[in-house]
Amino acid sequence: MREFVGELYVRESRRVYATLVRLLGDFDLAEEAMHEAFAAAIEQWQQYGLPANPRAWLVSTARFKAIDTLRRRTRSAEMQEALVRRVDELSSINAERAAHDIEDDRLRLIFICCHPALAPEAQIAMTLREVCDLTTEQIAAAFLTSPTTIAQRIVRAKRKIREAKIPYEVPSLADFPSRLASVLSVIYLVFNEGYSASSGESLTRPDLSGEAIRLGRLLVELLPDPEVMGLLALMLLHESRRTARATPEGDLILLQDQDRSQWNQKLIAEGRQWIERSLDSRRFGMYTIQAAISAVHAEAASTGETDWAQIVALYDVLLRSAPSPVVELNRAVAIAMRDGPAAGLALIDGILNSGELSDYHLAHAARADLCRRLGRTNEARIAYKRALNLAQQEPERRFLQKRLAELR
Amino acid sequence: MKYMLLIYSAEGAWTEETRAQCMADSTKLCHELAERGQFLGASPLHPVATATCVRVRNGNRLLTDGPFVETTEQLGGYFLIDVANLDEAIAVAGRIPAASKGTVEIRPIFELSGLPSPK
Repeated sequence: MREFVGELYVRESRRVYATLVRLLGDFDLAEEAMHEAFAAAIEQWQQYGLPANPRAWLVSTARFKAIDTLRRRTRSAEMQEALVRRVDELSSINAERAAHDIEDDRLRLIFICCHPALAPEAQIAMTLREVCDLTTEQIAAAFLTSPTTIAQRIVRAKRKIREAKIPYEVPSLADFPSRLASVLSVIYLVFNEGYSASSGESLTRPDLSGEAIRLGRLLVELLPDPEVMGLLALMLLHESRRTARATPEGDLILLQDQDRSQWNQKLIAEGRQWIERSLDSRRFGMYTIQAAISAVHAEAASTGETDWAQIVALYDVLLRSAPSPVVELNRAVAIAMRDGPAAGLALIDGILNSGELSDYHLAHAARADLCRRLGRTNEARIAYKRALNLAQQEPERRFLQKRLAELR
Repeated sequence: MKYMLLIYSAEGAWTEETRAQCMADSTKLCHELAERGQFLGASPLHPVATATCVRVRNGNRLLTDGPFVETTEQLGGYFLIDVANLDEAIAVAGRIPAASKGTVEIRPIFELSGLPSPK
């Protein structure tokens, strides 16, 4: 029975938790009550057998446990009665909502954790803790900070949710686009944190990328929106290159040098399916386009066989909907592949001369690479040094140092 | 749930015309909120040059001329509203005319019991 309940916990606890947060109006109360309910389940189901609807049993038991907890916490009898009455009222009102609303509870949880009124680091910590059920220790290790820092962030976020009354709701139609953008941004940030550490030794931290993909899969199930599909596809395609992207020692392998037989074809196929569905809707956005660019790479057997013209065309589309100097930089690199290094260099110089990206190590690394290919060794050296000054990740630094040494 | 909306903007960024327009639009917003039972109060404030600061230290009441602190954006007015939750407060804040030039800070009101009702 313990094993069965353990498996049930893994499958259902987040859904039960999300519903309890709605019924009880309090994260911590919901968590405590849920754990007590699962503990009770092991005992009582052993004795009395499995209920017809385990999830409903857990929710209902948790509600009663919560009321008991509130009684225990408050000393004065009147306060007790007032509190209990309030929880009872709240949960009856909320319990009356239509059955399909219950499906939305996990969405409500995701949206509240990613509310823009919370600081971005708080959104990430809340999402990983409340939606993904990671411990504060796991989150702290993943973000190279202390568990106390994460715990404080979460406490402050919950206090703000409570005191400023951030609603536990799926956003209104008017707010939906910007709120969804916030959620997608959190998920992508988590993925990127796992994909390439922002500073320090290791190039990738598998756990976070896996969590982000899991989150993406959950979100696309609850909300089949084109950009949700696009983001999931983008993450799957990046993930498909994980083993090919770095040597066992953690050194960088460029896309053009990667062993493509190591690319995970299953993930690529899944990613492409999501891209197609998103493009069919005609309401796709920047995540879908970025995923499509990644997919063009994934289709090519080698760098030489890559359809660079299509990649440039996709960057053109991306620039129209989400213009940014970084996108222009990536487009310049693609132009260099399609039209030769000189063409790409002209564009990169244009970007740097306008004052953009002067502190972005990849801009200087790209410039250095093109100068190198054109035989302009002195300029390449200067640009590699500039890039090295700005690069923070160890594997990237080692790569740049190697390139610099090769120039001499 | 009550919120105070504190409106900050650079005093120098307003002309007489734009300020008058802002007040007219803000008044309109007040009436719309009142119709929905959400309006508790609002007002523009005179510029910070008219401010006086009071501190009582060691039983002495000390006065200084000017605002609490010199800032690039100054407190120019407020709204006091009663809405369902923060999202609704954010929606109201977004409609405040000065929000397009400055910043609106939303502070949840701490309900203190035992206060008298305003006249």
